[in-house]
Amino acid sequence: MSRSSMWEAVGGIVRRDLLLAMRRRSDAAMSVFFLVIVVSLFPLGVGPEPAVLRTIGPGVLWVAALLACLLSLARVFTADYVDGTLEQMVLVPQPLAVLVVGKVFAHWVISGLPIVLLSPLLGLQFGLSGESLGVLVMSLLLGTPTLSMIGTIGAALVLGVRGSGLLVALLVLPLYVPVLIFGAGAVTGSMAGIGAEANLSLLGACLVLSLFLAPWATAAALRIALE
Amino acid sequence: MSVNWSKYSAPMAFYPLAGRLIPWFACVAVALMGVGLYMGFFVAPTDFQQGEAYRIIFVHVPAAWMSMFLYVVMAVWAGIGLGLNARLSFMMAQAIAPTGAMFTFLALLTGAMWGKPTWGAWWVWDARLTSELILLFQYAGVMLLRTSIDDMRRADRSSAVFALVGVVNVPIIYFSVQWWNTLHQGASVSMSTGSKMAATMLTAMLLMTLAFWLYSVAVILSRVRCIIVERESLPVWEEEPPVIQKVAEVR
Amino acid sequence: MQWGSVSEFFAMGGYGLYVWTSFVVTALCMVWEVLALWRRRAAARVEHRAMLLGGSNETAA
Repeated sequence: MSRSSMWEAVGGIVRRDLLLAMRRRSDAAMSVFFLVIVVSLFPLGVGPEPAVLRTIGPGVLWVAALLACLLSLARVFTADYVDGTLEQMVLVPQPLAVLVVGKVFAHWVISGLPIVLLSPLLGLQFGLSGESLGVLVMSLLLGTPTLSMIGTIGAALVLGVRGSGLLVALLVLPLYVPVLIFGAGAVTGSMAGIGAEANLSLLGACLVLSLFLAPWATAAALRIALE
Repeated sequence: MSVNWSKYSAPMAFYPLAGRLIPWFACVAVALMGVGLYMGFFVAPTDFQQGEAYRIIFVHVPAAWMSMFLYVVMAVWAGIGLGLNARLSFMMAQAIAPTGAMFTFLALLTGAMWGKPTWGAWWVWDARLTSELILLFQYAGVMLLRTSIDDMRRADRSSAVFALVGVVNVPIIYFSVQWWNTLHQGASVSMSTGSKMAATMLTAMLLMTLAFWLYSVAVILSRVRCIIVERESLPVWEEEPPVIQKVAEVR
Repeated sequence: MQWGSVSEFFAMGGYGLYVWTSFVVTALCMVWEVLALWRRRAAARVEHRAMLLGGSNETAA
């Protein structure tokens, strides 16, 4: 098949998912609210000491971003699975893995991008400096697409399984560990004056690796789920 | 040759073969474990830095090696199962997971037992310990995913995909935690024992590793046999007493 | 051989608690695994036999 038809199919999926998300804006808003609430709980639990908050800030923000991303995973395929769209997706001539990239991109725009845009505000709550805020945004910009990539594997695996919400967390969180380490490490590194470039480039490497491997795994998992 | 071997890829043919192999693996495992323990406790000298606490490595290192090795073997069977659509491969993967998880748990526990007297802490966020912990989570994930899916075919395949994804993850985690520890200088602890291992220590450790390996083979084969009986509807089970076999045949 | 007496062997140079906990827990885990498999096999066997002879009790009675 021609290359253009492939792009058309992916574009169509992205457009459709974004349109659906626009119609149900409260869904996307919920995970953002979740992020804000979780992040705001930490100073209340740990205490208002600015030095302590600055130390734990990058880690807290990253863990909260990870959890927020996790919460939205259930939505990636469930609606399509229920109304039968997913079965159509498996049957179209374009490779399923490529279509999955479209789904992942839409998921990232809906739930990852708001986190990236909101993160500087949340960083201020923890007293991060201007440069660290920039690194935080960069690290989330590189890291959250990877989270969406890995997360959709889990979402496809538990599709239609009982207790899938908790199960997907147990499956996906261990896979999120490297992204968490590099992401929070980039911010901590910039605060400590070591620089964030190394961590950021490792985050980029994770993104590239997940871009090549995750869609195939997700496609395989979807085919298994739909058999 | 290849024809002879491929015959055993059918669960029904594999069942009696596994049954014949298990006693051998079990006996050799017990014998090696005996020799290994003797070597470890009575021949290997006291470590001049760690005293007698180092003897924990005679279970810790074999358990840790087996935990990682079994995960890879499980992923290989899972991959073969997905690639060739072979039922027995999925059964092997299913049989390996609990033993692998057990060794992971033991590696963590004995690691803590070794760390407390040696480092003064039960737990350190060292690359090896952290990867081992994540490995335990992944074993749990493989097993939980399997038990949550009722359809056997899908359970096989989904947990196989997850096992394969996990095999990519563990080395990345190992590397990332090592990297992370260089950033947090304070937390980094050198795991190397510092001193050269005496030859007898190494021999004892390798003997124990071999014993654990053979033990795993025996246990996994017998679990595969259980799984075959539970999952396949065998017409007549050859181990049943002849009377029952006759009755079953008459029906 | 570096042990003067049995009590010295069990003391493990003061690290007895750590060393013996490690070895005993490992041994217990292995024994438990073997026993669990044994039970599982017995259960599978009972079920299989019931399947083979399915309903034979009624016909015999």
